Amino acid sequence: MSIDSAGFGTILIILIMAVVTLVTRWGGVFVMSFVPINYRVQQFINAMSGSVLVAVLAPLAVTGDNGARLALLTTAIVMLLLRKPLPAIAAGIVVAAVFRQI
Amino acid sequence: MLSIDKGSVELGLRDVWFGFKQLLPISLFVIVFGIAFGLAAAQTGLEDASTLLMSALVFAGAAQFAVLDLWGEHVPILPLIVTVFAINARHLLMGATLYPWLRDLPLAKRYGVMLVVSDANWAMSMQAFNRGKPGLGLLLGGGIALWSAWALGSWLGLYFGSAIRDPVSLGLDMVMGCFLLAMVLGGKKDLRMLIIWTVAAGSSLLAYWYLPENSHVVVGALAGGLLGAVWMEKKIEH
Repeated sequence: MSIDSAGFGTILIILIMAVVTLVTRWGGVFVMSFVPINYRVQQFINAMSGSVLVAVLAPLAVTGDNGARLALLTTAIVMLLLRKPLPAIAAGIVVAAVFRQI
Repeated sequence: MLSIDKGSVELGLRDVWFGFKQLLPISLFVIVFGIAFGLAAAQTGLEDASTLLMSALVFAGAAQFAVLDLWGEHVPILPLIVTVFAINARHLLMGATLYPWLRDLPLAKRYGVMLVVSDANWAMSMQAFNRGKPGLGLLLGGGIALWSAWALGSWLGLYFGSAIRDPVSLGLDMVMGCFLLAMVLGGKKDLRMLIIWTVAAGSSLLAYWYLPENSHVVVGALAGGLLGAVWMEKKIEH
């Protein structure tokens, strides 16, 4: 089944996207409201919050070009040294940009 | 995060404004992403008004770019739903991780704040919460900043898209990656966390290679979370 992307169809497609996205934004909170928050659940949440980010980053680092890898490496080093996110992010982007010009 | 103190869940105008300002620097980059999206959407054949409507209502960059790939005279419904859901499924996990700080809010506020949840403001608010600092303002105010930047960027892209023809050569595709990495490293680091992250990264990669497309974030995050639930920190008695 598919939607004709002309005219009203476009609006329908956008509404479907919006509803599906809203379900993901609300669903996690909704489900958790039925889960008793004990120590184990807190530990799960705590471990998962960092893991979400790591899971986003891993393929980026492994399958990305060398510009991407150098950018992440630079951000990591600056962040560990200075503990300030903005200079770390800026350094990473600059390194990627410079490396890709070469 | 054992005891959640009252101060960390307050949400006044001042907190929202503070959060808005905190996320402004990253929002500037989001404007650039938005410009790239506006340009790509126009090139795909979307009408200007549709592009703006999509960015305003959906507010999820990666999913929106992916839908452009599906775009044609006819757009298949099931792949559309599956793609958008899979890419945005990480929101489910973000909502779950935020729940302990949202549960004391009235329903309208609780779900209202979640309307603007996105990677950057979620990461910053979680970092604040885990340090016992207020984070709801970062979530809502930061979300408003990111949403405005995304909508503004998409609009600018319709007219000035050609100004940023090649965001990759400028390193702009790495903004979110570097930002998220900085957030990871700014959090608590010990041997237990490091092992949990290694498992999350490994599972994410395996899912990336061997499981259906876009499943890697959920798989990696759940693997890390489950390990954390099985291998718990020693409880600190108060």
